[in-house]
Formats: sequence, C-alpha cells, structure tokens
Amino acid sequence: MIVHIPSALRSYTNQKSEVAAEGGTVAEVVSALDRSYPGLRFRIITEQDTIRPHIRIFVNEEQARDLSVALRPDDQIHIICALSGG
Amino acid sequence: MTRSATNDPLRATTGPVALLIGTRKGAFVLRGDRTRRTWKMSAPMFLGHIVHHVVLDPRDRRTILMAASTGHLGPTIFRSTDLGKTWKEAKTPPAFSKAPEGQNGRVVNHVFWLTPGHPSEPGLWYAGTSPQGLFRSSDGGVTWEPFSYINEDPQYREWMGTVQDGTPDGPKLHSILIDPRDPAHLYFAMSGGGVHESVDGGRTWTTIVQGLEVVEGFDAATITCHDPHCVQLCPSNPDRLYQQNHCGIYRMDRSEGRWIRIGRNMPKKVGDIGFPMVLHPRDADTAWVFPMDGSTVWPRVSPGGKPAAYVTRNGGKTWTRQDKGFPRANAWWTVKRQAMTADAHEQVGLYLGTTSGEVWASRTGGTSWTCLARHLPEIYSVEAAEF
Repeated sequence: MIVHIPSALRSYTNQKSEVAAEGGTVAEVVSALDRSYPGLRFRIITEQDTIRPHIRIFVNEEQARDLSVALRPDDQIHIICALSGG
Repeated sequence: MTRSATNDPLRATTGPVALLIGTRKGAFVLRGDRTRRTWKMSAPMFLGHIVHHVVLDPRDRRTILMAASTGHLGPTIFRSTDLGKTWKEAKTPPAFSKAPEGQNGRVVNHVFWLTPGHPSEPGLWYAGTSPQGLFRSSDGGVTWEPFSYINEDPQYREWMGTVQDGTPDGPKLHSILIDPRDPAHLYFAMSGGGVHESVDGGRTWTTIVQGLEVVEGFDAATITCHDPHCVQLCPSNPDRLYQQNHCGIYRMDRSEGRWIRIGRNMPKKVGDIGFPMVLHPRDADTAWVFPMDGSTVWPRVSPGGKPAAYVTRNGGKTWTRQDKGFPRANAWWTVKRQAMTADAHEQVGLYLGTTSGEVWASRTGGTSWTCLARHLPEIYSVEAAEF
C-alpha cells in the first residue's frame, strides 16, 4: 500500500513523499517502514508503542488512534505532522 | 565543561577554540582562532531541530554527539565522527523500557544532557533525559540502553515525579559527572530529585543533599523537593563540588560531607539564583555564576535587566561582579544551565549563550566581555571544544 510521508520525515525516505509498505495493521506497516528506513519509527511512535502527541496517522480518511487498526491492501496511509505551534 | 586538548587535563591549552552551540532551532559552531579574537559562525545544522546539547568527545577530538528533537518528531541523537562534516542518527536513541501490559510506561520527551565517559573508557557516553532518566552508550552513541536501576526503581520513580512536576518544560536529569581518578565514581543530578553519587559504577547510589535548602514551605528531607540546576566537579580537586541550585549557590568538600551555601555571600540585591555553574580548569577556589531574577513568579531574567557574571576566587567567601562589556540596562535575558562554559587556556576564556540568542565571550576570565554573535535562536547550550 501507499504511505504518504510528511516533509519532516523525508530525510529518512530519500526525500520521497510516497513510499510503499506492506502490513495487515498500522503497527506492521510502521515496522515495515522502519526496516526500509531505519530510525523512522521511533520519531513517530514512542517506546510504549503509542503514536507521538503531534503525529497523526490516517487510514484513508479515518484517523487511526492506535497501532492495532487493521488495513486492507488498497488502503492509503497518511502520516501527518499535526499543528504544534512555536 | 571544558574539554582539554592535552593529555594532562590540568595543563593550560594554547590551541584554537570552537563553540558548539545548541539552540531551540538548530545547532551552530562558532570557530575561533588560537588568539580567540577572530570568530566565524557556521551555517545552521539541523535547522528547526530543538538541540539541547552538543558535545565533542575529548578522547578522540573528532566525534560530536547532538541531542535533538523537533516539535513533532520524537527525540534522537545525531553523531558525527568527522567534526560535524557529516552526521548519522543513533540506531537506538535513549528510550525507557516498555511497560508491562496494562501499565503506563514512561516516554522520553527529549535528551537533555550528554557526558562523555572516563578517558579510560573510549566510546562510553552517558545521557540524561526529560522525563528524568539515565542512559548509557558503549559504542560511541550508536546504541543506548537504560543505565543502572534508577529508571525503574520505585524509590527513584517517586523522587523523579511525573512530567508535570518540576521544571516548566519537564524535569531533567543532568550534571552527569565522572571522577577523573575513578571511572566507577559517578554523580548525577535531577531538577526534581537532588544529587546522587555512586562509587561502584552505578550498581548503588547514595543521595547527597545534606545542607541544601528547598523552597519555603517544603521539607528538605523530601528528596523530590531538591532542585539542583547545575553541579560541577573541580578538575583540579575532584573531592570538591560546586552547585547552582534553585535555592542558592553551594560548595561541598567531600571530607565535610555537606553542602555549604556560599551564595549567602552574594550581594543581597542580586541574590544567588541562576542556572549555570562554571569552574576554573586548574584552580578549585575559582568559580563563576550568572545570577538571574528568582523572585516572585521567577522572571528568569538578569536581575534588574543588568546582566553580569560573578566570580569567586576563594571558594565562595567573596564574589566579584563582572559586567564590563555587557549592556548597562534593559537587557532582559539570562543564561541556561548548559549555556556557559570555560576553556582551559592560561588566561581562562569564558563563553555564554543567552536566551535572546547572543553569544558572549571573555578572554580574560570574565573581567571584560565581548558579543561574538547576535540573532541566533534561544540558546540552550554552549560547549568549548579545544583542538
């Protein structure tokens, strides 16, 4: 499936704004991303496996509140840097 | 925090000095020549990152570690092994242990403090975080692990409090110090939780807060009430510590076993509140502080808008104001705990970065000051790297 990468994370993806990753859940896709782009996961997911406060992950147009959300092969994922001021 | 370029850490240095500057919006290097009269500012590195600390490894004088995060992304550490020409990210940055199912685990918000290990332990580094945690790397900062038992210890967790306790942007573990005579003799401090010492390489820790005062109305016997801002160990006498605390300036001679409030000897109208504490590289009686306004709602600016360093040359018995060159009035900035440092030249150079983004230096141990740079973002840290 296609994962849309925000500008803040494109230093990990060789500046690509869209990358492909596979997985049956958000957790699996994020882990797949980290295998392809080491270090990316920890910048958006905490050591307690929660999505960081100023990061949002959308599956199609629905916000995923945690990593357990199930995915279909044709889903599109958007990783978004939420407004955080300053 | 001086990193001597000689094999003998007590010998005066003569080489060029570079200032490694961490700011709220990136890192900068201000390179000076051997005379420390000519300085050149680098382009910003990691522009937009919140950089709390940038430190040169004095053991190889090539490796630099940078503690960074952004407004959105999680905390990390960047490493350079070629003096900042190229950078790589740590493979596993400092992170707390995963909590058991059903329990709330802690999350590192930012890495606040970096300390290179003992000269006999190349590649070893320590890191302090917010929320308060202690971490160690054995491979030059590539991978990090929780260090010692304190991050998960119930007693320490009680002292550490929560992210809502202590310092406004989160309580910080800082001032990780290593006895130059013994790599197993360690200290660290917590902005909510006092000063702690280990003589067995972190297997056990002892709290050393005797003599320290706490905010009025609180109990000094409650460790979490103790708020050290910056603790330093004298390079020329490792049995002497100095401390700038939330409640005064202190000195401890280990043979006495308690902190003495040497800030009582500061002028009353200035007080003895501040963040940084800087020690002379070769004279254990000489130390500098940079007072700030700690009255009422804690403005955290120079008292009266008139910035000045203060120096003692007799272990805190008397203090001398050093404000020549600084603005005479209406300068409402201060200096954070990692943002003032010294080099190890014969005539000691002092360097500080302000909350208003200025870098100031004195080639004469503080007797006069010159502004080296303006218009940087808020400065969090300044380290003098000597080559």
